Amino acid sequence: MIQAQETVVLQGHIIDSLILAKVLDTILMMGGTFDLSEMRIGTTRGEPSRAKIIVRASSTALLEEILEAIQPHGASIERESDCVLLPAPANGVLPDMFYATTHLPTQVRLRGRWIEVEGIEMDVAVRVDAGLTAAKAVPMGAVRRGDLIVVGREGIRVLPLQRPKERDVFGFMEAQVSSERPHGHIIVDIARRMRALRDDREAGKEGSDVLLAGGPAIIHAGGREALTWLIESGFIQVLFGGNALAAHDMEAHLFGTSLGYRLSAGRAVPHGHENHLRTINRIRAIGSIEQAVRSGVITEGIMAACVRRGVRIVLAGSIRDDGPLPGVITDTMAAQAAMRAALPGVGLALLVASTLHAVATGNLLPATVPTVCVDVNPAVPTKLADRGSFQAVGLVMDAASFLRELARELGWKA
Amino acid sequence: MSRLLVCPPDYFSIDYEINPWMRLSNAVDPERARAQWHGLMRALEEETGVFLERMQPVPGLPDMVFTANAGVVVGNRAVPSRFRHPERQREERYFEDWFRDHGYEVALLENGLYFEGAGDLLGFPDAWFGGYRQRSDIRAYARLSEIFGREIIPLELVDGRFYHLDTCFCPFSGGDLLYYPPAFDPYAQAVIEDRIEKPRRFVVPTSEALRFACNAVCVGKHIALPEGCPETMALLEARGYETHPLPLDEFMKAGGSAKCLTLALD
Repeated sequence: MIQAQETVVLQGHIIDSLILAKVLDTILMMGGTFDLSEMRIGTTRGEPSRAKIIVRASSTALLEEILEAIQPHGASIERESDCVLLPAPANGVLPDMFYATTHLPTQVRLRGRWIEVEGIEMDVAVRVDAGLTAAKAVPMGAVRRGDLIVVGREGIRVLPLQRPKERDVFGFMEAQVSSERPHGHIIVDIARRMRALRDDREAGKEGSDVLLAGGPAIIHAGGREALTWLIESGFIQVLFGGNALAAHDMEAHLFGTSLGYRLSAGRAVPHGHENHLRTINRIRAIGSIEQAVRSGVITEGIMAACVRRGVRIVLAGSIRDDGPLPGVITDTMAAQAAMRAALPGVGLALLVASTLHAVATGNLLPATVPTVCVDVNPAVPTKLADRGSFQAVGLVMDAASFLRELARELGWKA
Repeated sequence: MSRLLVCPPDYFSIDYEINPWMRLSNAVDPERARAQWHGLMRALEEETGVFLERMQPVPGLPDMVFTANAGVVVGNRAVPSRFRHPERQREERYFEDWFRDHGYEVALLENGLYFEGAGDLLGFPDAWFGGYRQRSDIRAYARLSEIFGREIIPLELVDGRFYHLDTCFCPFSGGDLLYYPPAFDPYAQAVIEDRIEKPRRFVVPTSEALRFACNAVCVGKHIALPEGCPETMALLEARGYETHPLPLDEFMKAGGSAKCLTLALD
């Protein structure tokens, strides 16, 4: 939920006189919250102090009431100005000094009104419509010459995340990256969220989709059945992956191997390395993964479940891909745009066993989406957090163990 | 020798109502008012030995008699008041002129930054206190503290009957304080208790606070105060002050008493 906020300044002898205490007490007593964003305390008795206070309230009306109550005690609303706009000089080029976003909820001030930036994600710009009534996050490449772009830092405010109501692992909003920590309670919390989101979805609530971005290690490590079950049971609505995840999933179905290793025995089979190529070739011949499923060539597994359940799939190609499979997007900017288009409605993101897909997805997600990053390599969740996705809960564990435990928690009997 | 600025009550009357004490129907008796004013002046000059600077009253400005609200003076510097009510804003230029004509360096507050002079700003040797919320704007104190380089502790006034700080808070020479706590909000009460040690704080009973016992003029060990405040007088006398009770009820019709009728110049 976006709150209303305003910055006020209080100065003078505000400490010993308890004026600051009174103003802060008033804000809290009236149901608001505050951040002391700046505090300068006079070093001598004669020297005044100065406090900059960000006042927040659950509604504009409450904020107004609070401001009215604290103004007689000297709290002056900081003079704010509209954001500064400049036209993009060319297609795909932002004006110098463009404002680069964070993935936190952001507002820009247009003609005295604070407007929320739609589709916020990190490291993009903000485009304002010609009527100055709406603002949208826009990646550099998608900018068109003449688009009005927010520049500088004036008239922009970034709102901190509110703590969620749920008292679970996501409430701490900190990346827990350690193989030394117990996983059980985190998985229980994730399962609880997924169950609640499924209920929300059935009730028609927005923002109740679950995204899974995964790498092929899910198949190699033995997480295929669990993930398939999660999809079949309606716990996942969006799947991000690459050529390999889909190829090995279907290879497992057609040949019983993953990258040539027999999944049941764990041994390389003769000429097994050809299996994923033969799989890709077969699907290419059919024309699409969906057609392969509908025509009965692929009848079980992750891809089959996705097609049957209508899961939105984005397969992004990479430089090492064989084939690729039909539907794999090899233009990286096009793939990024497809991923971005699939994100609205996502209320939980599981990033499992893929460094590139985890970081790419993390960069596209607003901070308001609870995110879990699972990888056997602690460097992956760390990298994700270092790149700004501080809201991601890191879980250092094997992909298959995670998916199996999660599925079991949600009722999988295997 | 201490100097006080005063203004004879030639045009003093109730022409408007801007505080709970004023009633247009409660007319001033000009003769009594003049007699009471002169009684106070005599007591100040003869008993306390102050020098009185008399300013010229102006027709149509009945409250000019309350020179405590002319502004605030420290050494050679004067900051004239910015009145909240338009009725009294017309006095501003006369007070400002008086300060300029008498060689004061005048600093002006910006328009709209209400500050009603020594009616709301009262000093102890180590700290000044500023009443706000009723008349003066708390923001004025941040500015005044810059001008004078002094700490000013704002105190919130919560009872409209005690609309200026000098109606409920009276610092005396030697650091004693006479005051009426219910006129302040709890934060201000806590600050006063914190700043002025208990043996130096004297609480005025409600009945005498309502007679403006706190609106007293203190010069050295002499204190001129409205009559009818026996408990306050007993308190003060026990502390070694010499009290001078005076009839000032004509001025109470406008919500003022001894202190309101004077402005300390030194």
